[in-house]
Amino acid sequence: METTASYNDKVVRQFTIMTVVWGIVGMLVGVLIAAQLLWPALNFELPWLTYSRLRPLHTNAVIFAFGGSALFATSYYVVQRTCGVRLLSDKAAAFTFWGWQAVILGAVVTLPLGFTQSKEYAELIWPLDILIAAVWVTYAVVFFGTIVKRKVKHIYVANWFYGAFILTVAVLHIVNSLAIPTSLTQSYPIYSGAVDAMVQWWYGHNAVGFFLTAGFLGMMYYFVPKQAGRPIYSYRLSVVHFWALISTYMWAGPHHLHWTALPEWVQSVGMVFSLILLAPSWGGMINGIMTLSGAWHKLRDDPIIRFLIVSLSFYGMATFEGPMMSIRTVNALSHYTDWTIGHVHSGALGWVAFITIGAVYMLVPRLFNREQMYSIPLINVHFWVSTIGVVLYIASMWIAGVMQGLMWRAVNDDGTLTYSFIESVAATYPYYAVRLVGGLLFFAGMLIMAYNVWRTIRPVEPVKAAAPSAASA
Amino acid sequence: MSLFWSLFIIVLTLGNIFACWWLIRWTAKPRAGEAAAHETTGHVWDGDLMEYNNPMPRWWLWLFYITIVFGLAYLLFFPGLGNFKGLLGWSQYGLYEAEMTAAEERFEPIYAAYAEIPVPTLANNSDAMATAGRIFANNCATCHGSDGRGALGYPNLSDGIWQWGGGPEAIRHTLINGRQAVMPAFAAALDEADLEATAAYVYSMSGREAPARLIAAGREHYQTLCVACHGAEGKGNEALGAPNLTDGTWLYGGSLAAITETLNQGRNGIMPAFAETLGENRVHLVTAYVYRLSGGEENSDDELAAR
Repeated sequence: METTASYNDKVVRQFTIMTVVWGIVGMLVGVLIAAQLLWPALNFELPWLTYSRLRPLHTNAVIFAFGGSALFATSYYVVQRTCGVRLLSDKAAAFTFWGWQAVILGAVVTLPLGFTQSKEYAELIWPLDILIAAVWVTYAVVFFGTIVKRKVKHIYVANWFYGAFILTVAVLHIVNSLAIPTSLTQSYPIYSGAVDAMVQWWYGHNAVGFFLTAGFLGMMYYFVPKQAGRPIYSYRLSVVHFWALISTYMWAGPHHLHWTALPEWVQSVGMVFSLILLAPSWGGMINGIMTLSGAWHKLRDDPIIRFLIVSLSFYGMATFEGPMMSIRTVNALSHYTDWTIGHVHSGALGWVAFITIGAVYMLVPRLFNREQMYSIPLINVHFWVSTIGVVLYIASMWIAGVMQGLMWRAVNDDGTLTYSFIESVAATYPYYAVRLVGGLLFFAGMLIMAYNVWRTIRPVEPVKAAAPSAASA
Repeated sequence: MSLFWSLFIIVLTLGNIFACWWLIRWTAKPRAGEAAAHETTGHVWDGDLMEYNNPMPRWWLWLFYITIVFGLAYLLFFPGLGNFKGLLGWSQYGLYEAEMTAAEERFEPIYAAYAEIPVPTLANNSDAMATAGRIFANNCATCHGSDGRGALGYPNLSDGIWQWGGGPEAIRHTLINGRQAVMPAFAAALDEADLEATAAYVYSMSGREAPARLIAAGREHYQTLCVACHGAEGKGNEALGAPNLTDGTWLYGGSLAAITETLNQGRNGIMPAFAETLGENRVHLVTAYVYRLSGGEENSDDELAAR
């Protein structure tokens, strides 16, 4: 058995801390733009604080900065421990850390300044795209190089998912970002028209499928059995849902372009594969939740297990909702409404953030040689605050979305539309308020976590003496 | 698309679907020497990570099969497999045409009846105006505001002041064909001093005070550059869409700075054509609505012609 000392945990520590930092930044921007929808004056008439520029900053910060750092941290941690070897190269790993942080800082500067490629989730300008590609290829070399030199014969299931995520994101990013630069900040994609839209949503949906699903399933496959102290439910299920998931996700993109100029056959194929995706997606949920079977009592005492199990529940919910929304007739109602926003956040907050938070609470004591987190009750508070936050967020956006869809299609006896667009906006205001409250709660939870992490890792002695008395009180 | 690409799509699509089916069957099959259901596979990672070899849940397998069967059936009935159009012959364009035709049949008689009524009469029909208001809200309010009072760069339709004429025929023409108003940029023709003077003169035309020295010089430039469209007295010209400069109403702002900017950069006012979007009959109804917004009667075509 390798000792912890022989692993490269420095890069894992760095990425873990930045996961917390970027989570707070990304969600703060999210809270601000949610408030702007309620009170538009909150952009203070400053161009770099307008909704249009901050929204891509929010999505980039939570997906690529928060989610990305979490995936780097956990994949580096997991691949070393399940392969029994140190990372292939410390220098290359360090490059991925500093390179990725540079990309994010680049996003923080360029997006508010209004520099964008205008492709959703691929807004960053071409020089940053090149840096992303360099970091990502290095990441692949480090990860797969570590797998190659492993001392354990079988490759652990978490690494299948991390591997698929790393490989596919490289392909997606490079193909979708192909562009002809006209200046340092401006470029034009090599695709045009419906082809451009298709490439964009092939990328966009697989960013969900591989970045936000496969990657975090890798995380799930290590941290759930580890914390539960139980073997994974079914190896067979892992095999089937892995291959089925990665092969069908690739096709699902066209459901973002229903009822558009995209040829009908592409729309149909996208819808069919999105539906077939339901069972493969649920395979991961079943494997995670059933791993806990026989240890359900842990749900009572261990708030970290709660984070993990609730994340799997939201994962199951979002991956049921997704295929339903991909059906043409449902999509005719749901598309362009806040229902989509609700759906995305049940995935991004409920699944991605919850599993990440659980993993961070497990990683921090292990990485900084502490018995456990500074305060377990605070983890519990965090759990309840963010659970209520997510539920308020999703429920309000569901109701708002269905309401908007119904208002937009309502027709009077004289054939005129019953509501003007602005009336649907006015009707959405109360739901925007509830969503803001939900977002604020979730953000507050992140602050609680940051405080807990800080108290756990700060190297001050008197705290250790004070902590037990506080706990026993 | 060509036969090759059509077959390429069909093979790839069906291939991936059947591969899922095969994957389930192949994995579900028991193998000699493998771990029993409730034993672990024998592999251990990181000290304590193991895997059971439980069979896949039966309900889950059924869910998987059902989605596959549904998917195949969908591709049989709807367009999806390359050039094959599906047994139902369904298409989103066909669906759109059918819905539009049905709507046209159902609703057109209402508008055809309104089209028979002259605008000034129609403007007093409250049912017609309720319908027209909803058409206005969904098509015109984006620029002109839900109360029709406009915004900077978008004319106020309720103040009785008209750039292109406010009689029923003029309004109808505006709606059917749209309007393009062009105020040329004079940055090249006027240097800074000339610009200041001309702006001051235009500023003074609506009865406001400006330095006499500037007004005199400005009038001269006005008489060469502006008079052709806005007229000697600055009353404008509805045939050209040239606004009246003396009435204190300003489409792009009446401050000295705004007037200077207008002179300097020019303005392009576009009213889109609604002939295709709304059709003749609905345009007639909206004409009455806009006519009514500005008080109607005083702006009848005859009245305007007489002026």
